[in-house]
Amino acid sequence: MLEALMKIFGKEKKSSREIARNRLKVVLVHDRASISPEVLDNMKDEIIKVVSKYVVINKNDMEISLANDDDSVALVANIPVSRMKHG
Amino acid sequence: MSEVIVITSGKGGVGKTTTTANLGVGLAMRDKRVVLVDTDTGLRNLDLLLGLENRIMYDLIDVTEGRVPYKKALVRHKKYETLFLLPTSQVKDKSAVNPEQLVKLCDELRKEFDYILIDCPAGIEQGFQTAIAGADCAIVVTMPEISAVRDADKIIGELNRADKDSIKLIVNRIRPQMVEKGDMLDMDDINDILSIDCIGQVPDDEKVVTSTNRGEPVIAMNDSLAGQAYRNIVGRICGEKIPFMDFPKDTFFTRLKRVFGIQ
Ligand SMILES: Nc1ncnc2c1ncn2[C@@H]1O[C@H](COP(=O)(O)OP(=O)(O)OP(=O)(O)O)[C@@H](O)[C@H]1O
Ligand SMILES: [Mg+2]
Repeated sequence: MLEALMKIFGKEKKSSREIARNRLKVVLVHDRASISPEVLDNMKDEIIKVVSKYVVINKNDMEISLANDDDSVALVANIPVSRMKHG
Repeated sequence: MSEVIVITSGKGGVGKTTTTANLGVGLAMRDKRVVLVDTDTGLRNLDLLLGLENRIMYDLIDVTEGRVPYKKALVRHKKYETLFLLPTSQVKDKSAVNPEQLVKLCDELRKEFDYILIDCPAGIEQGFQTAIAGADCAIVVTMPEISAVRDADKIIGELNRADKDSIKLIVNRIRPQMVEKGDMLDMDDINDILSIDCIGQVPDDEKVVTSTNRGEPVIAMNDSLAGQAYRNIVGRICGEKIPFMDFPKDTFFTRLKRVFGIQ
């Protein structure tokens, strides 16, 4: 019901203009930085080094990428933690 | 003081040649001395858009290879007497001219002309590098479409790399009704994404096609929206402050008119 109402008022989904804007923002960050897989890998290794000082992580499942959040671009690192290190 | 402006885009078919022809005519209508240099060797079109295709004797390659002085290769426009075309060869390819030759040519042309507009080929290869070599500033033409905007960004990066820091943007083929419905990027979106000053927005206009058919750039047509947009850009190039135009809105009446086939 609510969905039907939203449809009538044209708010049911993002406009293609907004989608284009967001996709462009992300792709241009990639293009401009021209982050090669190599650079991304190096960055990943260094992050692992730092984070491993404090927590035990599952290196193989770690993911690092650029993503867009509505209006901004973020470097997103997904680091599965196995357990905290003590002392 | 003369200015060398390269009209470029990265992506093909977005309106570089159309822009070059219109700005050239517009500047000549203001009595500026203008020369348009076609650097799209092998795929020349600027002569057609200006209606000068039957008057070409020599071309850019004859000039850069020293066979004739540039003055012999210039074609004067029939109607606008301060407007000249330096056509390129339709049989040679982009490797026939190099950047040094174009810099030298531009420096010679500066002595005679107020504006030297260079129509750049698509792409970022040698033809592009040659076209931008002698330019003081660049106009990047794009369309409200993601691939064209992405390519424009790439070109802006290449221009920066070549130390061409004076860059302006033209957004061509805007369809106001689609923008209004949220189905097309508008000038502000693109401005925001590319962070480059806009010098104009040109609507998609059938009159561009009919005027191209005739070889008479649309800028001379008083009843064309695209023509008005180009006149505004020419004014801005000449240093005037001209607000960006509002496109006619899609109202109940314009829709009704469409339904009944008026307009
Ligand atoms: N504002 C406009 N409204 C409608 N049609 C347009 C507009 N601008 C350009 N066009 C059409 O788009 C086509 C491509 O234009 P044009 O040849 O100027 O592009 P280009 O960037 O020079 O292409 P190329 O990369 O092949 O050199 C032409 O058919 C032209 O008539
Ligand atoms: Mg062209």
